[in-house]
Amino acid sequence: MPHDDHDHPHALLPPEPALRVKALETILTRKGLIDPAALDEIIDTYQNRIGPQYGAKVVAKAWSDPEFRRALLDDATPVLSEMGFYGRQGEHIVVVENTPQTHNMVVCTLCSCYPWPLLGIPPGWYKSDAYRARAVREPRRVLAEFGVELPKGTAVRVWDSTAEIRYLVLPMRPEDTDGLSEEDLAALVTRDSMIGTGLPKVSA
Amino acid sequence: MTRVHDMGGRFGDGPVRPEPEDAPVFAEDWHARALAVTLAAGALGQWNIDTSRHARERLSPKDYARFSYYEKWISALADLLVKTGVLRIEDLRGQGVDEPHPLAPRKLPADAVARVLAKGGPADRPSNIPAAFEVGQTVRTLRPSANRLVEGGHTRLPAYGAGATGRILRFHGTHVLPDFSAHGLGEAPEPLYAVAFPASELWANPEHSDDEVILDLWQSYLEPV
Repeated sequence: MPHDDHDHPHALLPPEPALRVKALETILTRKGLIDPAALDEIIDTYQNRIGPQYGAKVVAKAWSDPEFRRALLDDATPVLSEMGFYGRQGEHIVVVENTPQTHNMVVCTLCSCYPWPLLGIPPGWYKSDAYRARAVREPRRVLAEFGVELPKGTAVRVWDSTAEIRYLVLPMRPEDTDGLSEEDLAALVTRDSMIGTGLPKVSA
Repeated sequence: MTRVHDMGGRFGDGPVRPEPEDAPVFAEDWHARALAVTLAAGALGQWNIDTSRHARERLSPKDYARFSYYEKWISALADLLVKTGVLRIEDLRGQGVDEPHPLAPRKLPADAVARVLAKGGPADRPSNIPAAFEVGQTVRTLRPSANRLVEGGHTRLPAYGAGATGRILRFHGTHVLPDFSAHGLGEAPEPLYAVAFPASELWANPEHSDDEVILDLWQSYLEPV
């Protein structure tokens, strides 16, 4: 059986991380393998354009439009694609709905899989060892660290993103929000509520 | 036996530290740069997502534990560039030549970034392997969790889920099998399922009798019960 071990040439680069990145960027640029302007464009995309405001739009629409909600829960990818939410790390999206019986929470214990086209780049805690290690074994203690306490009758379903399926949690619509526009509803949707470690804001 | 990245269920990592929702997307400029260099280098087409995940997993346990997130990315990228022959050891030593590389024509130009990111890289493929399990059916995962073709190779069955009994919750279609794809052995697409495991099947002291963990698992990771 072939083995899979090898040297670790990264040790030849400067150890300080910012310098290590810079060194590799310089080598690749000088060889014509990457374009610094393309790097700026990638950074701008994820820093300023794609982010949880997109996911919030989807949640608010699902809260407002029962037919959209049904279609989203049935097969999210084509529905989201039509809204322009498709792309890298969001090629196969499943939306899971919170109910009084079930609270959903998403993790990637093996790396950091996350629905980029809907939520952008994951926050640091999502990629942390503590979250990756503990979310599957003690989700309620982890939720408590986010200030979330669930009713005793609510079961927790933790989705460990082990394949290319990316999960978005559809939180429960907060009470006393009848008559709010989709835009006002979207303002109540937090990033963490779409990962399942938070709840939407209460209506003002 | 799996590798150091496979940490689901592990004890000792301390509390999760939530961040404000409006915290910067990249805490440091070099984090953004590391992500961008990794994506741009990936666009050269010399590896796939499974190869690049495995490059991070192959970091030594010591490096994996002490490196921050984007240090893992950039270090694994350097390893992958050498492993795939895109760069040479001398290049990393700063002793390489600065002439255009044979792969330079494949460089991702700035005006193609939006299109490439929007296009993504779907993992579903047609497969002639029929689905062996139905929604609701009871299945058991293989034990131990391991790549069956390459010793120490890539797999996506976490160790905490090995040898566990669950039920098929959802059929996702047929997807590229990472155990093959990460090692240049082809895509070997096969049925992929969401499988639900009671917390009591996985943990000695589950928090609540109704809690469940759902794993996305390929058909070859599963056997009927």
